[in-house]
Amino acid sequence: MPRLLQLQHIRKTFPGVVALDDVSFDIATGEIHTLLGENGAGKSTLMNVLTGFYAPDSGSIYQGEQKIRFASPRDSLALGIGMVHQHFMLVPAHSILENILVALQNVPLLFPRRQLRDRIYQTIEEFGLDLNLDTPVWKLSIGAQQWIELIKLLMRDCRLLILDEPTAVLTPQETEKLFTVLSKLKQQGKSIIFISHKMREVMKISDRVTILKKGRSIATLERGAFDQNKLATLMIGNDSIPEWQKSLPFSDELILEIENLSVRNERGLADLDNFNLQLKKGEILGIAGIAGNGQKALAEALTGLIKVDSGRVMAAGTDITRSCARSSYIAGIAHIPEDRKAVGIAPDLSLDENLILKNFRDPRFRHGIFQSRSAIRRNAEEKIDQFAIKAGPKGSPVRLLSGGNIQKVIIARELSEHPTVLVALYPTRGLDIGSAEYVHKVIAEGAGNGMGTILISEDLDELYKISDRIAVIFRGQLIGYADPATASREQIGLMMSGEVPQ
Amino acid sequence: MLEILLDATVRAGTPILFATLGAIINERAGIINLGIEGLMLIGALSGFAATFVSGNLLFGVIAAFIAAFLAGSIHALICVQLRGNQIVSGLALTMFGVGSTALFGRGMVGQTIDGFERHAVPLLSQLPVVGKAFFHQDWLIYFSFLLVVKIWFFFYHTRWGLALRTVGENPAAADACGIPVNLYRFLAIACGSGFVGIGGAYLSLASTPMWIENMSAGRGWIAVALVIFAGWSSVRALFGAYLFGGITAMQLRFQAMGTTISAHILQMLPYFFTIVVLVISTLRLQKGASQQPGNLGLPYDREDRK
Repeated sequence: MPRLLQLQHIRKTFPGVVALDDVSFDIATGEIHTLLGENGAGKSTLMNVLTGFYAPDSGSIYQGEQKIRFASPRDSLALGIGMVHQHFMLVPAHSILENILVALQNVPLLFPRRQLRDRIYQTIEEFGLDLNLDTPVWKLSIGAQQWIELIKLLMRDCRLLILDEPTAVLTPQETEKLFTVLSKLKQQGKSIIFISHKMREVMKISDRVTILKKGRSIATLERGAFDQNKLATLMIGNDSIPEWQKSLPFSDELILEIENLSVRNERGLADLDNFNLQLKKGEILGIAGIAGNGQKALAEALTGLIKVDSGRVMAAGTDITRSCARSSYIAGIAHIPEDRKAVGIAPDLSLDENLILKNFRDPRFRHGIFQSRSAIRRNAEEKIDQFAIKAGPKGSPVRLLSGGNIQKVIIARELSEHPTVLVALYPTRGLDIGSAEYVHKVIAEGAGNGMGTILISEDLDELYKISDRIAVIFRGQLIGYADPATASREQIGLMMSGEVPQ
Repeated sequence: MLEILLDATVRAGTPILFATLGAIINERAGIINLGIEGLMLIGALSGFAATFVSGNLLFGVIAAFIAAFLAGSIHALICVQLRGNQIVSGLALTMFGVGSTALFGRGMVGQTIDGFERHAVPLLSQLPVVGKAFFHQDWLIYFSFLLVVKIWFFFYHTRWGLALRTVGENPAAADACGIPVNLYRFLAIACGSGFVGIGGAYLSLASTPMWIENMSAGRGWIAVALVIFAGWSSVRALFGAYLFGGITAMQLRFQAMGTTISAHILQMLPYFFTIVVLVISTLRLQKGASQQPGNLGLPYDREDRK
């Protein structure tokens, strides 16, 4: 197959981090080329180099024999390279039409609106989507927003489409549909770079796979030359993975009960709509759902971070519906937030200080109104030991730690007072496999000691692996419970798109 | 009576209108410009000086635009190229404007020129009540009407306008579409500032054809508040500016009628209303009716880790 583009020895560093060390790979015309790698392996960085967002420190990109250089995304676009970013490049306040129009090239200063509308509707219908072009984008589901991104690229006639973890926001059924579309595009001679870390999908769709590990391209394999095990081994290498066992059967004692909980967001829309949930002692309850269906509101309502409109939350017999974050904490509810750097830690404070953010009032840590430095330090040493945190130099800001270690700091802090309920929102997102396994291990051990966990995740594999039960959330409502031992992925997928099981 | 009041409303509202339109162009590109007050003074002085020297009012207006365009470019350089703090840079621009015009304007104090004269628009000026107020005015006021419509059309019906709004909402998205973000932001700041300068020139060329130190007297700050009130729309800016013009006109009228209310209290009214307007529009913002550009006040760095 003819080569479309070649990347050679790309290197890109950010202050204090080597994001890409040495990456080489090439893209052929009409192929689906998968980039596989753990979180933090450099996949997104590499694609940002290819789309002209990042200027590489060294290395070169060739088109045929010719060396090319991207000064800006504009240059990359001119070559027909387009990308669906993980954080969509859309304007939520603008309509679908405006979001697509702004991406078009070579249109006159005054848009021929009617003509363009027809063209866009044609493309939308080809995908079998039902969208009104005048709807503002913020009203759309995340999945629909992703289709808009793809339509933008197709309207622009891109030759190379890059999709950064597109299936993370889709149900299994929607993923199927996406794969059908991608195969069709491939037949039309377009090249596709598909980024994922889900083996099942990679096996299914890829013509070739390039594996990235710690900023280096380890290997490129043709279809037929790889299987699931081989890819996993290459991707993880010889990193040690902590071992853990699934928790014992849980008791029937209810420790958290949510009744008809409704929460409205700042736009007046219902994030949670008469939501019900029951959590038992020692249970790991997985919450499945496509991102943006009320998961964040659920976590924040339970931890007292947002105001509840109606309904009731009972924790071990106490009504905590109206409690603030501090009293939720005292009631024994711990929280692993979604955005670990912005919400989970105070990035510029030291490790010692971050570990006592929630219980600094404890007499252990103070002499009257003064802090007890030595007690705080002792506490930090204990936690570093207990949770195997790779701490930097003493007193350095905690933001300099890696994502996995920051997550350990948060877990150490949250679990230090032995909570009865842990609310974990995407706790393994963006972590490498070793760190993710560690999080699972801690949750499972907690469950063994009677802690109930609400594990909100968009990764079905994760939920299957660790949950005792799976509850499915859709548009702020509980659709139903499923037993991971018996329910199929398809069943849960249907529930995730709002179908109530019979 | 009503006719006179309306006429005074339009004349008092026009400088604020130009300033608000200029500020809207800035903020639509995602840049907060707190230098409006300073830019008005720069426009007022350079407009007056150019007219005084050349004897030509059009030269005055052009000079006001260019001077404010250049002063705005300083803000643009700091906010766009250097990714500095927009609040600090804007405040510095205001202080620079107040100070430099006081210094360079000393020679112009007490000088006089022939200001803009009224020209009636045939037919329209014959309309009852509103005819005189809106269509028996000077050229700058007619230009302000045109500008309101042009800006609205530019934002919602041209490719450049859509690109500019996208830059203000989500510069990374604009960048991904191949839109030169920094160029758009730079030009929006500089041109917006230019229109603010014309607002200042209206004060020294039409309202009171002379140069008085600090003659903008807080109108620039009112414009900053009006942007929020107008929901970043040029058409609503027109109503907002005339609302303030109306209050100013009324308090002047009251004073002329010799009420017993202290003149100081009456002069306070426009500023008092600024606070009221800010409270009301902020409440509206919190209810989620916000029209505020998504990335207002944030510098854009392509290489920021996403």
